Amino acid sequence: MSNKETTSRTLMVALAVSLVSSIFVAGAAVSLKPIQVENRQLDKQRSILAIAGLGEAKLSGAEVKKLFGERISAKVVDLNSGDYVDQFDPTTFDPLKAARDPKLSAELAGNEDIALIKRRERYTTVYTVEQDGRLESLILPIRGYGLWSTLHGFIAVKADLNTVVGLGFYQHAETPGLGGEVDNPKWKGIWPGKQLFDDAGKPVIRIVKGGVDPASASAVHQVDALAGATLTSNGVDRLLQFWLGEQGFGPYLAKLRAEGV
Amino acid sequence: MAKQTIKEVLLNPIFNNNPIGLQILGICSALAVTSNLKTALVMSIALTLVTAFSNLFISMIRKQIPSSIRMIVQMVIIASLVIVVDQILRAYAFGLAKQLSVFVGLIITNCIVMGRAEAFAMQNPPLLSFMDGIGNGLGYSVMLIVLGVIRELFGAGKLLGFEVLALAKDGGWYVPNGLLLLPPSAFFLIGLIIWGLRTWKKNQVEAPAFTLAPQVANQEVH
Repeated sequence: MSNKETTSRTLMVALAVSLVSSIFVAGAAVSLKPIQVENRQLDKQRSILAIAGLGEAKLSGAEVKKLFGERISAKVVDLNSGDYVDQFDPTTFDPLKAARDPKLSAELAGNEDIALIKRRERYTTVYTVEQDGRLESLILPIRGYGLWSTLHGFIAVKADLNTVVGLGFYQHAETPGLGGEVDNPKWKGIWPGKQLFDDAGKPVIRIVKGGVDPASASAVHQVDALAGATLTSNGVDRLLQFWLGEQGFGPYLAKLRAEGV
Repeated sequence: MAKQTIKEVLLNPIFNNNPIGLQILGICSALAVTSNLKTALVMSIALTLVTAFSNLFISMIRKQIPSSIRMIVQMVIIASLVIVVDQILRAYAFGLAKQLSVFVGLIITNCIVMGRAEAFAMQNPPLLSFMDGIGNGLGYSVMLIVLGVIRELFGAGKLLGFEVLALAKDGGWYVPNGLLLLPPSAFFLIGLIIWGLRTWKKNQVEAPAFTLAPQVANQEVH
């Protein structure tokens, strides 16, 4: 047995390799973080533009920034009361961070937490597209658990607060080819024109298995599920129920309807 | 085994000892990322870099690594490199990183990287090992690029996103073969390529492990 096989030597090598590797990895992660954060922000803005039907997914970074600045305004909403608040700067306010802050969020009880997000922030950022001072479309952040991961996305509705303009997820880790097909343009193309609420203002949009019968009266409230991705489809269905319901944007949308936008 | 030269370790894996074609390693990612040429290219570059540098670092400390933990040490080095590559892609090619998603991380489990570390870098000097990593990366890349070109060209009528064959649905003449965009098609293509390779280089044909024994009467079985 050569001397490199002793226990202390083995421990030393293991320690040294781990130490060097961790410095290496941590160094790369920390030094590249600012660029990654900016990329994520741009990606989010690009996805908002695409979901609102304003820009294609292929826009360059500068175009996205310009278009976003011109057409989209961000506002922070108190989800409990449905009022706009101005104590936060909407361009920097981070609802996801707020959801982890005990002062700005509340834990959800098991039966309320149908989207499986555990905590819901009290304030969140919504985006509006306005034309000559009138609301054209409203873009709401949505998120919920699919099969493997939390899906983060947006849903855009017309000024009637009922008709879908678009839906999309900018961040998720579902199985590519199955649940990952939530990114498929064909599937996202089914959403525009669907109606979210019934006459009483209850969220009735559903994701159904086995295809939507176009002749049925509720076809306008139904979207075909993703093939081979039942759990992701269920997740999207539940997260919509949650965010459009009383726990989500219900009070805010009710207020907007009452005030007549 | 005779000493190998840099030229040999660099060029041999491309056709003579192709990691996918002969060693049949790294098939999983070859199926997954070759539906278009762009992701195939990025994956090729990423894997070549990881293989080369993991070979280099492992070879540098090969005399220090106790054999009882050598696999774990190799894994730690490979995993660190893959994380760094993933971080760089996220910073400078965000769109591509999103498309490649889990497959960059899965370079860690790509048999080529571990295979070269264990089979070559543990025994050979750093420069030679580095070149061996580049060579095997190139062999993998050649296969991925061929697959990417065929699949994107005939599956979507495009190359690197630019239209080459006018598609019938946009008023052109070419009806794309949708099967080529699905992973199994790469399996068929790899099979055909291996067939071609072994027809061209006869020495790659493996001798059968068993020959078909003739049917014999019961008492002769033993």
